[in-house]
Amino acid sequence: MATILEESGFNPDADLKVVGTNPVKHDGLDKVLGRAKFGADVYLPGMLYGKIVRSPHAHAKIKSIDISEAKKLPGVKAVITGADFPEIPQGSGWGDMSRTTIAREKVLFDGHPVAAIAAISEQVAKRACKLIKVEYDVLPHVIEVEDAIAKDAPILHDYMRTKGDEDAPDVPTNICEKMVSKIGDIDSGFASADFIVENDFDSKPMHQGYIEPQGCIADYSQDGLVELWTCTQAPFVYRDRLSAILKIDAAKINVQQSELGGGFGGKTGFYAEPLAIVLSKKASAPVKMTLTRTEVFRGTGPVSGTKSRIKMGCKRNGKIVAAEAELYFQTGPYTGSMYFNAPNAMFTRYDLPNIYIEAYEVVSNRPKVNSFRAPCVPQIVFGVEGLIDDMAKKVGMDPIDFRLKNAATEGHTTIYGDTWGPVGFVETLEAAKTTEHYRTPIKSGEGRGISCGFWFNRGGETASTMTLAPDGTVTISTGTADVAGSRISIAMMAAEELGIDVDKVRVKMSDTNSLGFNRVTAGSRTTFSVGMVVVDNARKCIGELCRRAANEWGVAEEEVKFENGEVKPASSNVGDFAPMSIGDITSKTTMTDGAIVSSSSMNVTGAGPGFGVHIVDVKVDEGTGRVDVLRWTVIQDAGKAIHPLQVEGQLQGAAIQGMGWALNEEYIYTQEGQLDNPGFLDYRMPVASDVPMVDCKIVEVPNPLHPFGLRGVGEVPVVPTMAAVGNAITAAIGIRPTSLPMSPPKLLDLIEKRDTLYP
Amino acid sequence: MAKAHVTTTVNGDEYEFLCEPQQSLVNVLRDELRLSGTKEGCSTGDCGACSVMMDDRLVCSCLVLAVETEGKHIETIEGMGTAENLHPLQRRFLEINGLQCGICTPGILVAAKALLKKNPNPTETEIRFWLAGNLCRCTGYDKIIRSVQAAAEDLRKDKSNGNHS
Repeated sequence: MATILEESGFNPDADLKVVGTNPVKHDGLDKVLGRAKFGADVYLPGMLYGKIVRSPHAHAKIKSIDISEAKKLPGVKAVITGADFPEIPQGSGWGDMSRTTIAREKVLFDGHPVAAIAAISEQVAKRACKLIKVEYDVLPHVIEVEDAIAKDAPILHDYMRTKGDEDAPDVPTNICEKMVSKIGDIDSGFASADFIVENDFDSKPMHQGYIEPQGCIADYSQDGLVELWTCTQAPFVYRDRLSAILKIDAAKINVQQSELGGGFGGKTGFYAEPLAIVLSKKASAPVKMTLTRTEVFRGTGPVSGTKSRIKMGCKRNGKIVAAEAELYFQTGPYTGSMYFNAPNAMFTRYDLPNIYIEAYEVVSNRPKVNSFRAPCVPQIVFGVEGLIDDMAKKVGMDPIDFRLKNAATEGHTTIYGDTWGPVGFVETLEAAKTTEHYRTPIKSGEGRGISCGFWFNRGGETASTMTLAPDGTVTISTGTADVAGSRISIAMMAAEELGIDVDKVRVKMSDTNSLGFNRVTAGSRTTFSVGMVVVDNARKCIGELCRRAANEWGVAEEEVKFENGEVKPASSNVGDFAPMSIGDITSKTTMTDGAIVSSSSMNVTGAGPGFGVHIVDVKVDEGTGRVDVLRWTVIQDAGKAIHPLQVEGQLQGAAIQGMGWALNEEYIYTQEGQLDNPGFLDYRMPVASDVPMVDCKIVEVPNPLHPFGLRGVGEVPVVPTMAAVGNAITAAIGIRPTSLPMSPPKLLDLIEKRDTLYP
Repeated sequence: MAKAHVTTTVNGDEYEFLCEPQQSLVNVLRDELRLSGTKEGCSTGDCGACSVMMDDRLVCSCLVLAVETEGKHIETIEGMGTAENLHPLQRRFLEINGLQCGICTPGILVAAKALLKKNPNPTETEIRFWLAGNLCRCTGYDKIIRSVQAAAEDLRKDKSNGNHS
């Protein structure tokens, strides 16, 4: 029998009853009542409070750590340093991860953990932190990419040589990796261009900005089993990484995910969890650790800041013939930024004959970067979509028509080698043209920007079980996280397949002991991938229901069918049997073959690429440089929106996150390399009074490889955001900003430059 | 360090607790009284996740010392409604999808309830400025604002129907 990966069973004419509706999400009630349990909301008997001692220096050798005074303080139950962790060599993946968790030889960023304490109260733990004496030998530090790649730059790791660069000399460097991507012949491409546009761009790190600081509780039992409750996007990945850096068998670590108070990629890697486990082992008691907001900013991963040079050329008729880029990404003190997404995605959505991209990943004395929606792509697309607009202007075309002229379609082979099935980029652009927003003329003094984005969408290892209870209700266990409401969408797909009310289905986020490995919940993979295994499970359960009904009726299995939640004779010739509901069959398991249970584990393939178009109107106050965002419309292909309100929520939230990144959010460092704005007052995220309503238009070009045609939706909508704002500002003030964030001081400088250039 | 003895009323129930003088109200609500519906997002009064009412005044409980609550009346999210008897704000947030991850939701509900008590018919701009002290990173605020608008209308209808609860 063909698997669901080979035959999805997608039916464009299906009469869907549940999919496409907007039921209240099952986890919502506890959340509005204040009952939902997030990372910091668990309390265990005998629990201690853990706190972290962090480096005040950006780069320093640790000469000594004296914990004796801290240990003497009454109420302190355990003190740990890097020496309490298994030794893993520097420069290896696990060695880097272990050292990011707690410093060994050197501290590499302001906020780098150097020790941790468990005590009977938070207050005692805080006091004990102040009693730990660390002697540092402060080293020269480097924060910005251009300084880190300069010839005489302070070197973070003497062992580092550039991976992927055969021509690099055998001397220490801060460039960890180089990646070259190409299509066609770039020189002849530019030679054939009528217009060439080129610019330098840069962006600052922004933080994911989840409102829930990381919180966990670890309990190391004396027989060597670890129970870890934490807010995570990746319970299985946490388990396996903890196993590797703490050298504990994976089977002895059970990670139970809590409700997740926002992640956006930032909770795909752990911070306090290994410390809590080692403290719990040493203190022989459960240890709870909750980061402060300052710690979240200083110690957890922001996104990569970047520098880039991008050049594109087109013909007089608007056809783009060449695109070239040189990209630099901050990764923090160690490799692992996912910078490779940028060359793979930056131009992907356009059908370009000649591309050449060099991308570099660079270490510096910053916190290790972490994922954020479409990691490393939006800040580069800021430049690309700006140049696209510049070209459209040069050839005198409408910006959407220009993009339509170059849009990639079904059958397109990408720079990363995939050939696309049905995709909806053209449909999304066409839909943008018909929005009321686009058809409404812009007012004088305001500017309108258009921008587009692409994301691969992902599949990957996914495991889930489905259990039918005797009363016919259904429990689904998933090992992915629910980052913003995937449980209801998963329940809806199961209800649709089983022909039952969605209220009869409940989805539970499993611990790692109870299911097979699930890849991280990221990359817009979860609703898609879990949907595949859940529908697979539903089909297996339906097969078993049919078998049991056929047995009971004494007919062949082929003579029964499952329809609208019931097993019935396949035709009137089979016999006069009353249809049986799921509950009719599952209530008789005592007399039949036991409970009906299905498990499905697969490496899901078939994710369909996603595309979005954003339209943004702004007004710029030329006296202060302040930008008011007046109107924002997001148009996106969802393949099939399982729960349209949830899809809209993804688009709206991404738009406003991107607006913050575009206009305000950045990491600011002191001369000494210390983070100067580690709080919400100085790190300014958009608040309700900063933003307009965000209109959404969901386009549905189905992905036939999924039973209901869905495509992931979470990453795409952040990709075009900064470019859309940038293009709108360019239209408003008549000169292009090339540096993110486009904050008031930068815009004032730019307006002054414009007035000098074009008096 | 000597702890202070404090008696206060939370959601109509009298509580006694001991706390250190520098402990915040959010810290005591969560760690001592185990009312963990109130969330701590920043500890500096910037995110609003810890919003509670103190004697009918909207406050960030991270900026209130627990000892200051002696003899006061505190209302938290736990006192706002029940599954069978949801506050209109809670019902509308569920229907309109005014919450995604839900971590900011308790603070936003408490703050929005305070607004509607003061101003039963707020404009969109008034809602946006009132809630400007409550950060949400998931929703972009669109469906939060719409939920508050819908609940305000519900409450006005309730009132004109003579239901003053």
